[in-house]
Amino acid sequence: MQRMLLLGDEAIAQAAIDAGISAMYAYPGTPSTEIPEYVDHSKEARAKGVVTHWAANEKTAMEGAIGMAYAGKRTMVTMKHVGLNVAADPFMNSAITGTNGGLVVLAADDPSMHSSQNEQDSRVYGKFALLPILEPVNQQEAYDMVHYGFEISEKYHVPVLMRITTRLAHSRAGVVRREAREQNPLKLPEDLKQYILLPAIARRRYKALLGLQADFIREGAESGFNKYIDGKDKRMGIITTGIAYNYLLENYDDRVVPYPVLKISQYPMPRPLVEKLVQETDEILVLEEGYPVIEELLKGYLSLGLKVKGRLDGTVPRDGELNPVIVAKALGFPVDEEKCIPEVVAPRPPSLCPGCPHADTYNAINECLKDLPKGRVFSDIGCYTLGALPPYNAINSCVDMGASITMAKGASDAGLHPSVAVIGDSTFTHSGLTGLLDCVTDKTPVTVFVLDNGTTAMTGGQISAGTGRIDQICKGLGVEEEHIRILKPLKKNHEEMVKVISEELEYKGVSVVIAKRECIVELNKRMREKFKNKQSS
Amino acid sequence: MKIDIILAGVGGQGILSIAATIGMAAVDMGLHLKQAEVHGMSQRGGDVQSNLRLSNREIYSDLIPRGQADMILSVEPMESLRYIPMLSKSGWLITSTEPFVNIPNYPPMEEVMAEIRKQPHHIALNADQIAKELESPKSANMVMLGAASPFLDMPFEKLEKAVHTIFGKKGEEVVSKNIAALRAGREFAEKNR
Ligand SMILES: Cc1ncc(C[n+]2csc(CCOP(=O)(O)OP(=O)(O)O)c2C)c(N)n1
Ligand code: SF4
Repeated sequence: MQRMLLLGDEAIAQAAIDAGISAMYAYPGTPSTEIPEYVDHSKEARAKGVVTHWAANEKTAMEGAIGMAYAGKRTMVTMKHVGLNVAADPFMNSAITGTNGGLVVLAADDPSMHSSQNEQDSRVYGKFALLPILEPVNQQEAYDMVHYGFEISEKYHVPVLMRITTRLAHSRAGVVRREAREQNPLKLPEDLKQYILLPAIARRRYKALLGLQADFIREGAESGFNKYIDGKDKRMGIITTGIAYNYLLENYDDRVVPYPVLKISQYPMPRPLVEKLVQETDEILVLEEGYPVIEELLKGYLSLGLKVKGRLDGTVPRDGELNPVIVAKALGFPVDEEKCIPEVVAPRPPSLCPGCPHADTYNAINECLKDLPKGRVFSDIGCYTLGALPPYNAINSCVDMGASITMAKGASDAGLHPSVAVIGDSTFTHSGLTGLLDCVTDKTPVTVFVLDNGTTAMTGGQISAGTGRIDQICKGLGVEEEHIRILKPLKKNHEEMVKVISEELEYKGVSVVIAKRECIVELNKRMREKFKNKQSS
Repeated sequence: MKIDIILAGVGGQGILSIAATIGMAAVDMGLHLKQAEVHGMSQRGGDVQSNLRLSNREIYSDLIPRGQADMILSVEPMESLRYIPMLSKSGWLITSTEPFVNIPNYPPMEEVMAEIRKQPHHIALNADQIAKELESPKSANMVMLGAASPFLDMPFEKLEKAVHTIFGKKGEEVVSKNIAALRAGREFAEKNR
């Protein structure tokens, strides 16, 4: 079959189309975004009627996918690692309900926090939910595993978690496709009580899930994704997970590792293979892309038995992603670290684009707050988080999506006035709405800025659910109409903005200031499209 | 055979168009390829880099090991220096001299250039100016690729063919402008190596 040059994300998306999904559910988040985008732009997907649903957040995406699979169809839901926190409730419970059609949940982790607030490891969630976890070593395996994931999901009637990390998600390599499968027809579950998690049913279903664990372990030993590669030198055995295997092989010119290696790409761990490695070698080196999940398990709380090296004893750094040199050091190879970055090189942090509407909004907010003590602007996640950096230095928090409004409420409850929240349009509909409702319920004095730039800009410009009607949404939630103010953030409107903002900062109730102007990048994209269409017509 | 290249620049400068062209030529030659890109936050005007790896045998790591890159190919002078630790002792540093100043503390150009000149194997050229002289200001990245081409272990015709394939959709004029840019970059490197 055809060989394609694909990002890891794109390989997963193509595989989902080929494995016969009927829909994709997603909320964008680096490094997962290219998966739903690929399906969204795929002509093939369109021809097959495969729709990409951009959900309001990861929880609604996950629930949509559970419902689609309830109706018997295959589906995938994608998110970044912290998105799985938002979707954790339906995710955990979907393990108890089980599934009808195939359901693969994809979480993309970001070790080293290239574009994230933390580097949590989604394998912990998979284990928590007692579900099979797939962790591909490369783009081809990612493609193949999606097919396999749907197979075992339908064989055991459980959701399957697939975990990838940034380097696989955003690296391109050749991928060979398989023959495409037909989609499933609409077919409701045989047991119509399966999804009713009343205690009596939930207890029964939980026992059934526990009963499947032995099958999951057997699958992991037999599927071929977990491999035992023997080596002559038994002084050490090496366990790698996911892409760590690549960094190991990179360190041997002939691609032959002298030690026995257990490559793990599927969980629960293949117990017989782990036992074999432990019995045959003197000590174990664990190379994990992420948290020391396997290492902790093997070591045990008191480290009484095995000699295990890895992130916990400092053989590998405790945090951050792996790379070939970190692995070289763990193997005891000499590493030439003589050359450093020349001193003239200055850091170049990301920044708001020239002409960005957020810049004008921050300039106005800063002016209004300049005479007050600093530390009262709770912000959120999006391009506007770059307002934390010079020249703006305009915000004091960025915790999790939606936390701006609720933290401003809490600080206001504590007596801080004025207490200000800054949130983007997509983040507002992701999880700002409920917080604003809390403010309305308590009549909390807060000034909430919703920065409506018409898009989900930070992740590359996906649909934003509430753009253009933020005022109506706020009104519907019960914010007083005279305290919903709409501004157009432009330099020439600076004086007017300062006046309106000052008025609202003084108000001792809930007020919402909507700063509405299109993102420059999106505007340019739209203009280019328009120009192209004009030329071709 | 293996070629490991660090492509460098600033978010928005389009370094991936260079990667796509080399990638196309590599696939045409039946080589294995891996290309790690930066997506996300840094694309907003931060420093970005791509690890492009070509080989006639299977490639494992998506990342080039420190000290083993055969080339740094940068469309911005200060950014070319950020990856010096990645470069092998015999590796080439190929960079544009046109600074992209979007930070208040951009170092004085003389200091940046002095540091570039310290590198035993380097080519520094003003790709923007060369592209402008060819009346094709958008082709600066192809000038850079041309300048890198004498040090890439691949036939020049393969790169030209890749340019044809990639820009073909945009019409004959765009193709010929990019080919001219590619050749101009190569010529500069041949004269100044
Ligand atoms: C739970 C969670 N999901 C997704 C993300 C990734 N993410 C960060 S910012 C952002 C989009 C923000 O869009 P918007 O609020 O409209 O602000 P803009 O970037 O357009 O200024 C997304 C999806 C995240 N950090 N956390
Ligand atoms: S992408 Fe849009 S919202 Fe983000 S910084 Fe640039 S102009 Fe502003």
